[in-house]
This record gives sequence, C-alpha cells and structure tokens, in this order.
Amino acid sequence: MTDLGNSGNKSDNQAYSLTDNALVQLVDVSFSRGNRKIFNGMSLDIPRAKVTAILGGSGTGKTTLLNLIGGRLKPASGKVIVDGLSVPDLSTRELYALRKRMGLLFQSGALLTDLNVFENVAFPVREHTKLSESLIHHLVLLKLQMVGLRGARELMPSELSGGMARRVALARAIVLDPMMIMYDEPFAGLDPISMGITVKLIKELNHALGITSIIVTHDVDEAVTIADYMYLIGEGRVIAHGSAEEMKNSSSDEVRQFMDGLPDGPVAFHYPADDYRTDLMGVDQ
Amino acid sequence: MKFLIKFLLSLGEWGIARITRLGRGSQFLFETLTHVGQSLVRFRLVYHQIYSVGVLTLLIIMVSGLFVGMVLGLQGYYTLSDFGAESSLGLLVALSLTRELGPVVAALLFAGRAGSALTAEIGLMKATEQLAGMEMMAVNPLERVIAPRFLAGLISMPLLAAIFTALGVWGGHIVGVGLIGVDEGLFWSRMQGGVDFYDDILNGFIKSLVFGFIVTWIAVFEGYDCVPTSEGVSRATTRTVVNSSLAILGLDFILTSLMFGEI
Ligand SMILES: Nc1ncnc2c1ncn2[C@@H]1O[C@H](COP(=O)(O)OP(=O)(O)OP(=O)(O)O)[C@@H](O)[C@H]1O
Ligand SMILES: [Mg+2]
Repeated sequence: MTDLGNSGNKSDNQAYSLTDNALVQLVDVSFSRGNRKIFNGMSLDIPRAKVTAILGGSGTGKTTLLNLIGGRLKPASGKVIVDGLSVPDLSTRELYALRKRMGLLFQSGALLTDLNVFENVAFPVREHTKLSESLIHHLVLLKLQMVGLRGARELMPSELSGGMARRVALARAIVLDPMMIMYDEPFAGLDPISMGITVKLIKELNHALGITSIIVTHDVDEAVTIADYMYLIGEGRVIAHGSAEEMKNSSSDEVRQFMDGLPDGPVAFHYPADDYRTDLMGVDQ
Repeated sequence: MKFLIKFLLSLGEWGIARITRLGRGSQFLFETLTHVGQSLVRFRLVYHQIYSVGVLTLLIIMVSGLFVGMVLGLQGYYTLSDFGAESSLGLLVALSLTRELGPVVAALLFAGRAGSALTAEIGLMKATEQLAGMEMMAVNPLERVIAPRFLAGLISMPLLAAIFTALGVWGGHIVGVGLIGVDEGLFWSRMQGGVDFYDDILNGFIKSLVFGFIVTWIAVFEGYDCVPTSEGVSRATTRTVVNSSLAILGLDFILTSLMFGEI
C-alpha cells in the first residue's frame, strides 16, 4: 500500500483488490446540504464479512454517509451500490427489501418510546415475520442476553441510560440477523465495561455470523483494535485508507494528525468560516 | 417604491411557500390513503389509536355538550316564550345541535384535544429519530404510524359529534323540562316531528365526517412535516389548532350553504 495518505482524488479511484469482494461501493459520490458540499467525489469500498471503520472529525459527514448507504438520502451524482444494487435507483419496495437485510444503529438509539425494551427488540420481528409468540420470546431474550440487558426487558426507554439505550438498539438491529450492520458512533458515551462488551459483540457478530460491519467513529483507539480496514474521511473525500496496522504506522501528516489527536495539521478543525479577525471586527458594520 | 417591491416580493414568497406546502400536504394525504387498506387489515393498531384519539377526548366532549345544551335550553326558552312557542323548545335545541353545534363545536374541541396531541406525538417521534429508525428497519412510518392514526380520527369524530349532540339534547331537556317546566310530551313530540333523518341528522353526520377528515389530516401532516426540534414541534402543534379551527369554520359555511342554502 503506497497510496496511504495520498491526498488527491486520483488515489481514491485507484482500484485495489477489495473491489470484487465489496458489499458496499461508493463511486465518485457528491452530496450537498444547501451551498455546502459535504461530499465531493467520494469513493470507497466496504469489504464483505469484514469490520470496516470510517474515521473522521465531527461534522465531516459520517452520519450522512450511512444515510446515503441506507437510501435515506440520495447523492447529487455518483453511484451507491449495496450488494450489487444501485441504492438511489431502487423503488420503495426494493429499498425496503434491501433494508431488511441491513441494520443501522443510530447515534441516539432511536428506540420507540411507547414500547418497552422487549417490545422494541421484538418490533422488527413482529413487523416482518409471522413467528409464534414463544419463538419471538426466545429470539428476543437471546439477543438481549448478548447485550447484557435481559433483566431490563420490562423497562421503558425513558428509564434507560444513554448507553443502555444504545445496547438495546444494537439488540434490535441484530434481531433479524442482517447481512450488514452500520454502527453510528457505537462507543460514544459508554463506560469502559460496556465499551469492552460492545467491542467484543461487534467482533463476535462479525466472526461467528459473518456480518459485514461498518463502524463510524472518531474513537481512534477502539477503531484500531476492532477494524480490519479503515478509512479516514475529511473535506468531502477519502483522505487515507488501509488496514489498521498500516494506518497506525502511517507517516502521512493527515493520518498522524488524526491518529495522534493533534489540533494543528493539514486537516482543518474549524467549520468553514470568514477570517477570524475580520469576523470579530464585523459588529460595527 | 423600494418598499413596495420588497412587499410584493415577500408576498410572492409567502404565496409560493403556502402553495408548496399545500402540494406536499396533498401528496402526503394521497400516500397515506394508499396505506389505509393495510390498516384495516391490522385493525389492532387502529383500535389503540381510537382509544387515544377518541376515548380520551370523550370527557371534554360530554361535559361541553351538556353545557351547550343547557345554555340552548335557557336562551331558546326566553326567545320562544316571547312568541308563545315554548312548546317548540325541544325542536330548537335538537335542530341547532344536529345541524350546527354538534359537528362544529365537537370538531373544534377535537382539534384542540386530539389534533394537538397527534401533532406533538408524531413531531416528537420525528425529532427523536423514531420515524427514521422505522424506515431503516424497513417499516414504512406512513403505514405503521400515520395511517392508523388517520383512520382513528376519521372514525372517532362522527361518534364524538353524535355523543355531543345527544348530551346536548339531554342538557336542553334538564333546563327546559326539569327547571323551567316546559311540557315534557310537547318537548319530545315536536322534536320527533320536526327533525328529519336525511336533512338534519345525515347532513350533520356528513359534516362531522368532513371535519374529522380535515382535522386529522392537518394534525398528522403538521407532525410529520415539522422541523424536528422542540421549537419546531411546538410551532407545528399551534399551527394544527389554528389551521384546523379555521378550516372547520370555513368548511362549515360551505357545507351549510350546499346542504341547506338556497344560494
Ligand atoms: N438536516 C441537515 N440539514 C442541513 N445540514 C445538515 C443536516 N444534517 C447534517 N448537516 C450538515 O452536514 C454535515 C455532516 O453532518 P453529519 O451528521 O454527517 O456529521 P458527522 O460526521 O456524523 O458528525 P458527528 O461525528 O458529530 O456525528 C454537518 O456539517 C452538518 O452541518
Ligand atoms: Mg454523526
């Protein structure tokens, strides 16, 4: 891997051997919010049955990226391909069929507040299958046991802490055994023990069931321990990519800045703004 | 001159925004209607919503109906007795309620109690990403959340209006017959003779159905379309009450002139 940290669009489009085995492919995707370009020629491949981490600063568009893959947003140009299907071109019915095979773990958990923990996890099962009540009971308790919350099944979402809610959401995301799970900031706000459990769980799901995992995070240390492959995104495109080892030992300035958490470097920490001094003087005008 | 242009520009902007919103609302209504069939199949969801939309509105409807009927009894008696026509009190009370006050006042109360609650609930579900979460679980929120609520509103409103009317007639009876002493036989027989099933009761029913449709539509749309923040939800809730009240009164005039008018 010599293209590590090679900023510039040419590196993004260079084919590397993952392509044939990719479950998700983004090709030259552009997306804007108002006048602001969130993505500008973003290309990446997510390998099948592997854990891929997507790193990037706050506001670089990581959540937006997951929404593009999930078909909740459409790119202005470029291709989003999941399991051979072009997501923006799917009909509602086809899109829903695809979504049954992928789980998205929201940053906030997004539990249904009028249902208790058990019913929240049972929700996709009840909506999509006709399993008997006793089977549903088994299935839900199995998944709740995996996230360590079997005892909390009677609680309402308002009675859960943020980390517990996220774990319930994880149980719900895996209850139908999807082919792929996208985790939006799975480690934010977890205590070290829950963090350890979550890391172990993601690994297990990946190894035992072969579930493709996409982890969006700015938690570099966890990402390194868990991911097979990593992308660093910023300024609307991929800044660097490579295996966890390669990223850790990379000598590129951008990668180093992010991996070591340095405030100054090639990647801008600030949201685009006018010159600071002019801005401060601007009150009089 | 500059101000005039500015004014015209903002007027145009306002108009375009309104029309765009109306378009979005209509599209939303159309999509919701395509899912109403599935809601009929899974009636359990509708049934739960009828409880929160209809049953929980029952108390305010019943109390208001009773008082409106009692006031009608008093006012009606004073006016009618001037002409020596107090025996028609029952007829007056029943006609005012079935034709106008039943559907209209019940719908206004419904908008305030159930409509606002619907908007706030759906708006909060949007703000907390519950609707987005459903979409990602391949569950269509229009089918799972919106359509059952819409249907529940449509079913509840005519029933609530009927209960309002019945309680109102009873209230009129309490005041007219019980307190003032109008002859009971005349009270009921004039009413029976004067109220027509098609002209009065059916038309009143149609009104309440139309009001139920419009209020529930506005309520679920405002919730679904709101800006997903606390402020956005609170604004949407206010808009639901204001817009549906105006819609009820405006439509009432149109419906009345179509049903009873000579114009
Ligand atoms: N609904 C929206 N309307 C307008 N702009 C938005 C909207 N949602 C996000 N954005 C903008 O898109 C950019 C990317 O947002 P996104 O949520 O994808 O960031 P993120 O990488 O997930 O950040 P974080 O790590 O803080 O969650 C942000 O700069 C934000 O200003
Ligand atoms: Mg995010």
